[in-house]
Amino acid sequence: MKKVWPILVVDDEEVMRESMAAWLREDGYRVDTAPNGQAAVELSKGIDYAISFIDLKMPGGMDGIETMMEMRRAHPDASIIIITAYATVDTAIQAMKEGAQEYIVKPCHPQEISMLVSRILKLKKLQSENQILRKKISRSYRHHDIITKNPRMEEILALTKDIASLRSTVLICGESGTGKELIARAIHCSGSRSDKPFVSVSCAALTETLLESELFGHEKGAFTGAEGQTKGKFEIADGGTIFLDEIGDVSAKLQADLLRVLQERRFYRVGGTEEVSVDVRVIAATNKNLADEVKQERFRDDLYYRLNVIEIHIPPLRERREDIPLLAEHFVQRIASELGKDIGGISGDALEVLIEYDWPGNVRELENVIERAIVTSRNGMLVESDFGWLTRQKQTGSNWEMPDVPLSELERRAIIAMLERKRGNVKEAAAALGIDRSTLYDKLKRYEIPH
Amino acid sequence: MSAVYLVAIGSVAPQLMNWVENAVAEWCPWPVRRLPALTFPEGSFDANRGQYKSTEIMKMVARCTPADAHRILGVTEGDLAIPTLTFVFGQAQLNGQVAVVSLARLRQEFYGLPADETLLRERLVKEVLHELGHTFGLTHCAEAKCVMSLATHVGSVDDKEERYCARCAAQVVRQFTASNGESK
Repeated sequence: MKKVWPILVVDDEEVMRESMAAWLREDGYRVDTAPNGQAAVELSKGIDYAISFIDLKMPGGMDGIETMMEMRRAHPDASIIIITAYATVDTAIQAMKEGAQEYIVKPCHPQEISMLVSRILKLKKLQSENQILRKKISRSYRHHDIITKNPRMEEILALTKDIASLRSTVLICGESGTGKELIARAIHCSGSRSDKPFVSVSCAALTETLLESELFGHEKGAFTGAEGQTKGKFEIADGGTIFLDEIGDVSAKLQADLLRVLQERRFYRVGGTEEVSVDVRVIAATNKNLADEVKQERFRDDLYYRLNVIEIHIPPLRERREDIPLLAEHFVQRIASELGKDIGGISGDALEVLIEYDWPGNVRELENVIERAIVTSRNGMLVESDFGWLTRQKQTGSNWEMPDVPLSELERRAIIAMLERKRGNVKEAAAALGIDRSTLYDKLKRYEIPH
Repeated sequence: MSAVYLVAIGSVAPQLMNWVENAVAEWCPWPVRRLPALTFPEGSFDANRGQYKSTEIMKMVARCTPADAHRILGVTEGDLAIPTLTFVFGQAQLNGQVAVVSLARLRQEFYGLPADETLLRERLVKEVLHELGHTFGLTHCAEAKCVMSLATHVGSVDDKEERYCARCAAQVVRQFTASNGESK
């Protein structure tokens, strides 16, 4: 059903306010009227009007701008349209300066008002959807939604709470699929920056030039195709948190640029001459051993120390097997409800299979396995046979004839085989291999596999 | 038996009133009757704007409403407006009895084009159904072809069809049924 937006019309002339109200009511809005500023302020204390039309000149009391300012005390984001019969540049400037959304001169064309109202309401709708989604996201990443009873994980959660409100840089290490981004979001959502953006960037997925423009933005004409000025992720994240995933994969030049941002909180857009300042908390993540990378001189030591102010190491799932039943039950409930399937839980035998398995792709692989089982299951409960292919995979693993090649060659062959099976779909191949897309891209680059 | 009344305000050609009467009689189960034409009320003409004050016309029509009227519809050649808007094609009491329709901006001549009788009849019928629809509690409809969709210029009147969409029609029928029940 269409939402009925409340609108307020404020004018000292009865014919003006009632005719305008009648016209808006015909359009389906709930319209209140007020004959003066005081009455409008009183009404707006109880109702958050989607739009208020206020006449500029109302003799014998508050004028339109005073009324608007008073109404804004209760509702700072109120959309107010000042109406006047006598247009002067000064009053228009004053009205807009004091925060009027629009300034219209009566009489105006019905199409103009109609378009104005629908434009404002479209924005209101987006704002309210945005608020709902923000709350939903924030709820999803609260600490108690990270499921664990593993003492090491519990220590990590306690640490994330302690550091949530600091601005210190955090480095999260862990294998692919261990939930590095989830921990980063939990830190963001528990701290004072929670109502500001959380911007995630996968550093391995982009080439050096693209990543530079992605992080720092670019000016018009900075390169072929740069048609307008574009904000980078650092600017978008201003006031909030930027999450730099796969930080171990950035080039030497970008390492130097990132070091400068971390030191000075300032940078230049690509092709720009003006410095941009930001207030951003940086959380970086990697599945590499960055200390080793530093030793091998593939990663700058000064950047490593800047990033490594607080280090969190997330254990792989095989080192916290006690969490497997909890996570599995959680995924069953969530995924079954999302897919609209009536699945009550997982049988004991099936859980045994899950606990025994080594989970190279960690929690993400467990989630994918549960989803696959739910999709194919025909029972009200997931049983051992729903995970038979997992057991077979393991058996195949143990009976497998090992070719006499280095491990990297095995990995290269596995990736090529999976890409072929998934007809070149990188997203699906990554999910099946139990690694994330950015890691797969990284490996494709490393093994020079065309895709 | 109560009826829908039609009244010309100022001079309106009899043929145009016939079009309105036929259009209303076609879908309305109540008798359609005509009242003698009314003259524009004093002070209803705004000389600065060269237009008639729609609200004043509505008030006058309301005062002249017969006791047995289900609805009353005024038709005028005068160009109507309200203080905030440059013009209105018509006006109605939402869920009320009174509606008025202006012919002025439905005529091709208003836009400097040659007169077109067929187009004028279509536009007039659409506006009559639209304003009477408001008296049945209908607000503007999101379906572009429905006669209850909002028209802010004559092109958008032409884009609509001379009919209510299924949902709007159902509400009008419900009102007929409810009103018939009350009159019994």
